[in-house]
Amino acid sequence: MTLESLHEFLASFWTVWAVIIFLVIVFWALRPRNRKRFEKDAQIPLDDDR
Amino acid sequence: MPSQAVLTADQRPAPRYVEDVIRAAVILTMFWGIAAFLVGVVIAAQLVWPQLSFDSPYLTFGRLRPLHTSAAIFAFGGTALIGTAFHVVQRTCRARLFGGEPLAWFVLLGYQFFIVAAALGYLFGITQSKEYAEPEWFVDLWLTIVWVAYLIAYVGTVMKREEPHIYVANWFYLAFIITIAMLHIVNNLAMPVSITGTKSYGAWSGVQDAMIQWWYGHNAVGFFLTAAFLGMMYYYIPKAANRPVYSYRLSIIHFWSLVFLYIWAGPHHLHYTSLPDWAQTLGMAFSVMLWMPSWGGMINGLMTLSGAWDKLRTDPGLRFSVTAVGFYGMSTFEGPVMSIKAVNSLSHYTDWTIGHVHSGALGWVAFIVFGTLYYLVPKMWNRPAMWSTRMISWHYWIATIGIVLYITAMWVSGIMQGLMWRAYDELGFLQYSFVETVAAMHPFYLIRLLGGVCFLSGGLIMAYNMWRTIRTETETLATHNQPALAA
Repeated sequence: MTLESLHEFLASFWTVWAVIIFLVIVFWALRPRNRKRFEKDAQIPLDDDR
Repeated sequence: MPSQAVLTADQRPAPRYVEDVIRAAVILTMFWGIAAFLVGVVIAAQLVWPQLSFDSPYLTFGRLRPLHTSAAIFAFGGTALIGTAFHVVQRTCRARLFGGEPLAWFVLLGYQFFIVAAALGYLFGITQSKEYAEPEWFVDLWLTIVWVAYLIAYVGTVMKREEPHIYVANWFYLAFIITIAMLHIVNNLAMPVSITGTKSYGAWSGVQDAMIQWWYGHNAVGFFLTAAFLGMMYYYIPKAANRPVYSYRLSIIHFWSLVFLYIWAGPHHLHYTSLPDWAQTLGMAFSVMLWMPSWGGMINGLMTLSGAWDKLRTDPGLRFSVTAVGFYGMSTFEGPVMSIKAVNSLSHYTDWTIGHVHSGALGWVAFIVFGTLYYLVPKMWNRPAMWSTRMISWHYWIATIGIVLYITAMWVSGIMQGLMWRAYDELGFLQYSFVETVAAMHPFYLIRLLGGVCFLSGGLIMAYNMWRTIRTETETLATHNQPALAA
């Protein structure tokens, strides 16, 4: 199997890869241990007037 | 500078932000808004009284219509986006704009030159006849240069940020800038007939041309008119309400689902055409899936107000922004419905589409811009508030009534038009001639014109209020404004 044919094979599953990437993002966003940092990040626009 | 290294981002003094350009963008946005609403009223009147084109080729509906759409989307919307993008990126990154004043002025003024060149082209009949991409090759090339400069200024600022996290509004703005660059270049690939002539031939032909055009066209809606203004929402609503966004996690999911889904929705503009059936169904399916991010985003915007709903009574500027989010939810509900093939067979090519576009453009885009400007003007000119709060309320109600008149007239007229086109008599002949359907729409065209006049009047009130705010000294302003009279 050449590198080209491997690339072609993997690229044909692009919808699967896209869904996996999306699910990883959703997992990252909803992960309980990230709650605190997102609450802090949400404050960014309110802290900019100092 | 060893002493500076130990200071955290919070303790360091704010950088010297680039602000003159933003002030200029605010004024230009207002100017283009009035221009766009005015041309809209003129062409609405032409549809009621066709003799208003005065037999002049320069004033025909066909030339003024792209003038109106480009003035609304690219001039009014685009200038607002350039100004607010520069404001938001500097503040949320706590960094002075990359390239400083010179690059920022080049982007803003270069973009104004693009608008004027495009608009003059339409009036003189120089167009490549692609909807929302009418400008010819030389104007397209100029816009590409300006847009790349815009991208450099934006990305450069994000890269030199003091704030470790890139706030979500920046993701939306950045997705807008990158995607529009890609769409603009691919859809406008063309070969000029000569280097000194205006005429060119597009690189695409046949159904590929149609598909690329609507891949461009629908993502102009998705990334210009939606994603970018969502960036505005995610910064200015929290600022005006003085509370963080309802759910930052939802905003992340909102962003990524929007980006993953929107790019596939274009084929719904080509139902029942020679586009392969599977592509039409794909476009429909992705359009329906867009309900989820749209409503997630709407809920996130509206719920930011939870616990502060009283602000809607006292701050009519914020009322504009929140109503805009409501219209965003409504028009992004209507859109997927219209993308369903069975519904589309009735709605396509009728006034229903025009009504849908305007509930988005007037209700969502223009209202979120108005809300933003009512926040930004006092901020940028160091005033305690707008010159008159009552005038903001007047603007709000007149403009809202204008939108309601406009979209209800177009719903009735569009559905009537669609039903008349498909009506058969008992012998199997079409029941109505085309001209009969046109005559039946006449009263609704009048109502639409009235709605447009309302919206324009509201815009004029706003421009006056803005001018007085900028011209009046701060002390006089504080005594003039009596919040008790507001609402």
